[in-house]
Amino acid sequence: MLTFINDQLFRMVWLNDLAGWIVQTIFKLNLDEKLGQSLQFFIFDTVKIFILLSVLIFLMGIIQSYFPPERTKVLLGGMKGWKGNLLGALIGTVTPFCSCSSIPIFIGFTTAGLPIGVTFSFLISSPMVDIASIIMLMSFFGWKVAIMYVLVGLMLAVVGGTVIDKLNMNDQVQDYIRDMEEEDIFSEELTFKQRIDFGIEQVKEVAGKVWPYILIGVAIGAGIHNWVPQSYIQSALGNNNVISVFLATLIGIPIYADIFGVLPIAEALFSKGVPIGTLVAFMMAVTTLSLPSLVMLSKVVKPKLLGIFILICLIGILSIGISFNWFLI
Amino acid sequence: MIIKILGPGCKKCEKLEKNTKDALETLSVDFELVKITDSIEIQKYGVMRTPALVINDKVVVSGRVPKTKEIEKLINIATPEN
Repeated sequence: MLTFINDQLFRMVWLNDLAGWIVQTIFKLNLDEKLGQSLQFFIFDTVKIFILLSVLIFLMGIIQSYFPPERTKVLLGGMKGWKGNLLGALIGTVTPFCSCSSIPIFIGFTTAGLPIGVTFSFLISSPMVDIASIIMLMSFFGWKVAIMYVLVGLMLAVVGGTVIDKLNMNDQVQDYIRDMEEEDIFSEELTFKQRIDFGIEQVKEVAGKVWPYILIGVAIGAGIHNWVPQSYIQSALGNNNVISVFLATLIGIPIYADIFGVLPIAEALFSKGVPIGTLVAFMMAVTTLSLPSLVMLSKVVKPKLLGIFILICLIGILSIGISFNWFLI
Repeated sequence: MIIKILGPGCKKCEKLEKNTKDALETLSVDFELVKITDSIEIQKYGVMRTPALVINDKVVVSGRVPKTKEIEKLINIATPEN
């Protein structure tokens, strides 16, 4: 029963069959040939991602409307030690994140007197782990990988924040922020109708923004899937070696995309035998460390703390990738 | 009546501005529309999510784009005559 739900609802086996049928009957292509297979992959993945994206962003929008950062600030106030870090990381998973919102959130948290480590726990987990990525991973790689991803992602957020706390980095916040006074934060109680509207707006906004990346991602995925010989990919990223994790992480950092654009590439690489740890490292690097978000962060913290943040994320992602490869194969 | 739109200039901010202008047109009230894009200035209003709508120095909406009808209501509430 569980397998059936997983296959039909999350992996969408029915859709793959439908895509195959379309390729055979409408495009008159043979599914045993490369072109037919690529087209099937492309149709299947594109439709699947857009279905998942719409449903997930809508549901997330509604959940998120209950956890605005204003409320997070109040919830986190007074929390000290690892409990604060853990709560910060957990709330990060239900909070929407885009690099443009990181500055007001950082300023709001800091002026409220939250420990800087708690703020960083939040900032690490918010882009890396969210409900959408959990369900996407479940759909593409099964629930084991999804749960592991969430657990290690939260661990990295808690440990990273705690380390930054212990390093006494409070003087590394840009001076203009420390001179600011805490303002009364505005918050409003929404009606359920307003939450639904918010969810629909979120879907429109995200879909309108990411659709080109999804098409490119799926096209690359389809290319890898059927046209690049397995031996090429194996020699670069396979072999279960440590260097492949390094390589995947370094390639991932400058890429600015979210989980929706990256998954089809990761899925195709996985089918070519690239180990899951390497792919998890790649996905974490793409979502957590991106150039635009680092530029934003550099406006609120001094270079030393920015460097430490990057270093912690790098070490964390590399060790997660290596240990995934070690244990999950 | 002074109306301010707070936001760094993203798509949502433009949409909020448009909806607000539409609402003001229907209500035909005297107003001054100010756009605030500086993140430090925005913080002074206690806003953590943009775009935000400020009527007579009071934040009424933050982090979402209300429909024109809702903005009309908000303006009516803020207008002393009503």
